[in-house]
Amino acid sequence: MTISTLVLIELWKRKSQLITGLLAITLGIAVIVAIQSVSIVSEQNVARNLDNLGANILVLPQAASIDDYYTSDIDAPTLPMDYVERILTSTIAGVDNMSPKLTRRVKVGNQSVVLTGILPKSEIASKPLWQSSGLLGAQLKTACAPSSSANESHGLEDKKLQRKAIDTLFSEDCLAGSQVAQRLKLSANSKVNIMGKEFNVVKILSETGTVDDDRIFANLKDVQTLLKLENQVSAIEIMGCCNAISQGLLGQLRNILPDTRVTTIGQIVSTQIETNQLMKKITLVMLIIIFFVGGISIGNYIWANVNERKREIGILRMMGAERSTIYKMFLLKALILGVAGGILGFILGTLAGVILGPYLAGIIVKPVYMYLLWSILLSVAISLAGSLFPTYLAAKFDPHSNLQED
Amino acid sequence: MILQGENILKQYHHNGGLINALDHVSFSVRKGDFVTVTGPSGSGKSTLLLSMFGLIRLSSGTITFDGKRIDNISDRHLTDVRKKSVGYILQSFALIPYLTTIQNVMIPLALEKISGKEQLKRAGEILDYVGLSDRMEHLPRELSAGQQQRVAIARSIVHRPQIIMADEPTGNLDPTLSLEILDFLRKINQENKITIMMVTHSPVASEYGTMKLHLNEGKLINS
Ligand SMILES: Nc1ncnc2c1ncn2[C@@H]1O[C@H](COP(=O)(O)OP(=O)(O)OP(=O)(O)O)[C@@H](O)[C@H]1O
Ligand SMILES: [Mg+2]
Repeated sequence: MTISTLVLIELWKRKSQLITGLLAITLGIAVIVAIQSVSIVSEQNVARNLDNLGANILVLPQAASIDDYYTSDIDAPTLPMDYVERILTSTIAGVDNMSPKLTRRVKVGNQSVVLTGILPKSEIASKPLWQSSGLLGAQLKTACAPSSSANESHGLEDKKLQRKAIDTLFSEDCLAGSQVAQRLKLSANSKVNIMGKEFNVVKILSETGTVDDDRIFANLKDVQTLLKLENQVSAIEIMGCCNAISQGLLGQLRNILPDTRVTTIGQIVSTQIETNQLMKKITLVMLIIIFFVGGISIGNYIWANVNERKREIGILRMMGAERSTIYKMFLLKALILGVAGGILGFILGTLAGVILGPYLAGIIVKPVYMYLLWSILLSVAISLAGSLFPTYLAAKFDPHSNLQED
Repeated sequence: MILQGENILKQYHHNGGLINALDHVSFSVRKGDFVTVTGPSGSGKSTLLLSMFGLIRLSSGTITFDGKRIDNISDRHLTDVRKKSVGYILQSFALIPYLTTIQNVMIPLALEKISGKEQLKRAGEILDYVGLSDRMEHLPRELSAGQQQRVAIARSIVHRPQIIMADEPTGNLDPTLSLEILDFLRKINQENKITIMMVTHSPVASEYGTMKLHLNEGKLINS
């Protein structure tokens, strides 16, 4: 037997008390882990989505926010399809490609999916990822996109394949993102009924890790008819030449497109960075609160434990236990509590993130195992800090006066 | 001489005044003595016993143990002396409630960082010696009072101390059990040459002493 065994036996024999001692710190860590797991994924998602947008300018309805663009709620505002025409017929130079889209969240069976209407040719040509997934290659020059030349060469090798792919997204055909396909148990050539209309699934898109995975893509015309939004689109993604953007392309577009927001991806990214910074601030405030609440709660628990064991401390000191042994006893206990709180907090927080993430933030949250380490470190630090003072008092107890009480 | 006290004074502040719990007490204990300390309640018996190895700090006076002054050494060193050379037995048994018999007996060995194997061997032998080898895995509350005190005795001798300090070890036991425990202490004293200093109320118990100290109002009365 060692002093450590003694600590373990005591912990085990009084395990019900443990739960109260751990509650605050576990919940605190759980909240932080949940916030962080959700925000890191949303951060990654936004970055990836923007990366793979294949466009660098976004035209949105004036009233729409960038969030509307991704969440695609029922009442998200739209803009007229004529704007595409307007850009094409204008004298504005530097627009290399355009992709109008109409996006809505709809029910398929009892599942909620995002239906996106696209003009196949332009849509696909501006999607670097899809090209690499083997659907086809781009034949349009993609301005500024660094990976474009690689994709281009792929596509150019087989002109027939490109044509075929573009042709396949005619009316009544659709492409399904990998996650949607999984949820709805779709496969190539199966059928899916969306709002009463039967679509052929032409292809299951390979996983991209973006919102596209959760979408069904159909011909823009079909989607407009289905949603009774004839000639309306949610956004126009534009591939603009970098030089043109710096020479005032955005302003020119704004002039001919009233009631719209014309932004560059760069602006969107900086908005997102602001949101992320806000999340970081919230996490910091949470951290401070948890440090105090968790520390006080564990300290309180250790103090109660010290008082309950006053006599035991007196007995041990009588038998020749040093003050440092008393320190060791209670700080080891605090350490174990800290590790347990960290692990439990991580598990709870991760579960909360994974279960609630899709509901609250509309994103798929995966466990971030690195947070386990941080949770344990944080929890142990809080636990030790909270226990230091009660332990100091315990070690200072006069052995004799504590021997007497029974 | 194994233990010597000279001019021991212990004063307590009480209601603004001073109480002399020990009033200039001097005595000498030889190695192998069985010392009994008697006296009326409040006469300073426990104070004397517990102040020897620093559980109570004296107001003045000197204590010599095994040829060395121990009244003026640091708390750390005193703790070390208690750990290596002293065994305590209290009226209330002072067992740790969540540890089994054998675990309680192993504590002094654990404090000396003796190996687990050796701990088991020695604790097992001692429990055999006090007749509790069939109660090794019991918790204190699962033992009778007499058995609990035998566990405490086993614990006080397991690390082979030079001296056992016992404060009314039979105070919570009925007369028959008391005699059993007293016989046991005498056996330890004679067989193992361990010096014993025992505080007691009972005249029967004081008869076990080879040297008798009698206290009254903090003063030693020669008998
Ligand atoms: N912490 C204290 N503060 C003030 N006075 C104390 C304190 N501890 C003991 N005393 C006093 O010192 C005197 C001696 O006490 P002590 O406990 O040594 O007596 P005792 O002989 O062991 O008595 P008993 O037989 O009842 O155990 C008593 O008068 C007591 O009131
Ligand atoms: Mg007493």
